[in-house]
Amino acid sequence: MALTGNTTAADAGPLVAIDSLSVDFDTAGGTVHALRDVSLEVQKGRVLGLVGESGCGKSTLAYSLIGLLADNARVVNGAIRMGDRDLAGLNAAGWRDLRGRRIAMIFQDPMTALNPVLNIGRQMIDIQYRESLSKAEKRARAIEFLGQVQIPDPAARLDVYPHQLSGGMRQRVCIAMALLTRPDLLIADEPTTALDATLEMQIVDLLRELQQRFGCAVLFVSHHLGTVAELCDDVAVMYAGEMVEKGSARQIFHHPQHPYTQALLACDPARIGIATRQLPTIPGSLPDLRRPPVGCAFRARCPQAWGRCASDHPPLYVAQTHHGARCHLLNPEEGKT
Amino acid sequence: MLRYALQRFALSVVIVMVAIAILIVMLHVVPGDPAVMILGPRATPELIAQTRQSMGLDQPLPIQILTFFGNILHGDLGRDVFTNRSVAQIVFEQLPYTLVLISVAILWSAALGIALGCYSALRRNTWLDTLSGILSVGTISIPSFVMALYAVLVFAVWLGWLPSIGAGEGLGGSIIHLILPAFAIGISWVGYVARMVRASMLEVMSYAHVRMARAFGLRERLITTSHILRIAVQPAVTLIGTGVAHLFSAAVFVEVIFARPGIGALIVQSVNERNYPIVLGAVLVTTAIIVLATLISDLVIAWLDPRQREEL
Ligand SMILES: Nc1ncnc2c1ncn2[C@@H]1O[C@H](COP(=O)(O)OP(=O)(O)OP(=O)(O)O)[C@@H](O)[C@H]1O
Ligand SMILES: [Mg+2]
Repeated sequence: MALTGNTTAADAGPLVAIDSLSVDFDTAGGTVHALRDVSLEVQKGRVLGLVGESGCGKSTLAYSLIGLLADNARVVNGAIRMGDRDLAGLNAAGWRDLRGRRIAMIFQDPMTALNPVLNIGRQMIDIQYRESLSKAEKRARAIEFLGQVQIPDPAARLDVYPHQLSGGMRQRVCIAMALLTRPDLLIADEPTTALDATLEMQIVDLLRELQQRFGCAVLFVSHHLGTVAELCDDVAVMYAGEMVEKGSARQIFHHPQHPYTQALLACDPARIGIATRQLPTIPGSLPDLRRPPVGCAFRARCPQAWGRCASDHPPLYVAQTHHGARCHLLNPEEGKT
Repeated sequence: MLRYALQRFALSVVIVMVAIAILIVMLHVVPGDPAVMILGPRATPELIAQTRQSMGLDQPLPIQILTFFGNILHGDLGRDVFTNRSVAQIVFEQLPYTLVLISVAILWSAALGIALGCYSALRRNTWLDTLSGILSVGTISIPSFVMALYAVLVFAVWLGWLPSIGAGEGLGGSIIHLILPAFAIGISWVGYVARMVRASMLEVMSYAHVRMARAFGLRERLITTSHILRIAVQPAVTLIGTGVAHLFSAAVFVEVIFARPGIGALIVQSVNERNYPIVLGAVLVTTAIIVLATLISDLVIAWLDPRQREEL
């Protein structure tokens, strides 16, 4: 039975429901089908981890949730529902209204995310332009939130420029700015990848703590399964532009169903017990997204592939309640022959 | 910022002093005795010696340089060979004409160039972007004196709309007389600045902090000014600051063509008359202004970009 609609753990109901989203990039070398038929829900107040190898479309999905896709991107199909609105059809003004109010984002590289020519205070005050507060009150809020992200001596930091802060401090400033807007959804696209391991742990702990305090939903994109396991309630696994498996963190980490998820976990340095910061590697490489394969996208690298995998595109099968994977092995009516 | 400004100013003074010293040494090395030059071929050796002494030319070179610096501190740039008038007075009489001409040329061309460059970057491949691209390439390659000749031919001789001779009387007259020369000097800078601003805008628009500003829903106008242009305009500011030297040489031609008073016309006339004290004084003042312009552009950049303040 194919899994449809409300699948993941739904305590509070979905904040955002992505339904069959497909995104193409037009390039000189042809059309890149970067997202194909992706469905996913972000539940209110929960942290959803998005994992997968480099190039599988995590950032594309994250950016499509905040309307910041590149100019050559096209949403060719699908809907992104938030409340009673479909974000996929929003115009520029509609997006601008959501950004920095209901949706905020933290980026991968804190070294370049802040404006180098404006001081921290000015940047934190500018983003509060919607609040009807005096400048002094906005300053006070900025100081309060710098304190929330545990920046020492926050008042003095307002007059400082980004280049005078370390990478970890800058990422804290970015987090403070994102939270300052009190978003319903916080998108974090690999917020710790550019930081070293100790800082990474500090930032992840901080995110966990602040998420609980502010109660916003978080889409946490990461290469690093260890941080995902630590931080996330739910996990979605992407491969070559498709959503191949999704479920609760417990289900994904303890009972992975898709051979790709299993391979990812097997390659995780934390699991194999070697202290390296190498990204997970699985033999073989991603298929060309300009000509996605007909059957299962992972077939060429799958140790368990069989006849049907080449011809039929697998639907999302239910493994357990709120847990599904796109793999023919999960088809209850079909025994492996 | 204040400390930076003071440091940069001190550096500028040193640069001007070195430039003057080099100029004096060069005039010394150049063949021909200024005293002979002044007195003519039939002067007696005694008269020449006396003149050399009164001009300080009998002193060793380092002393001459120091004396010159000392005189500058008293505002004394020497005397006109023929009229014995103060060089400083003559130069500062002519200077305002050139300064006004150059300032007006910079202001209109920079303002239009930055606006066009901004528009072109934000609205790529619209007809105005294409047009500004074609006009820029066209005007950049035309020297300003050619532009001045055409401007005179078309607007003064042929259409008869604007005057082409002199600097005009009164405020209204001065403004009308400024139009054609300021146009001729500025026009190629419009294209230069526009292309440069467009290119650096396009680069800065792809920077991560611009995407972050968008992710906070900031208004596009604020993003354009504070997040893009404030960084993208910097190369154009440097270009204009260093371009003041070129503007002075353009002013030499343009002042001659339009028969305008000014430093350019003064230098041409004094060189023709071999009136070296005036040449020296005019070049000195021009050099100081060029160095000052570079200083101002550096200060503008330091004001725009805090990262620049830490480097000197
Ligand atoms: N602007 C673009 N134009 C063309 N192709 C693009 C563009 N942006 C992304 N792509 C392609 O879309 C695919 C998905 O890219 P995306 O950045 O979403 O991957 P990702 O999972 O975030 O990877 P990473 O882990 O490296 O950040 C890749 O094949 C990439 O080459
Ligand atoms: Mg990415």
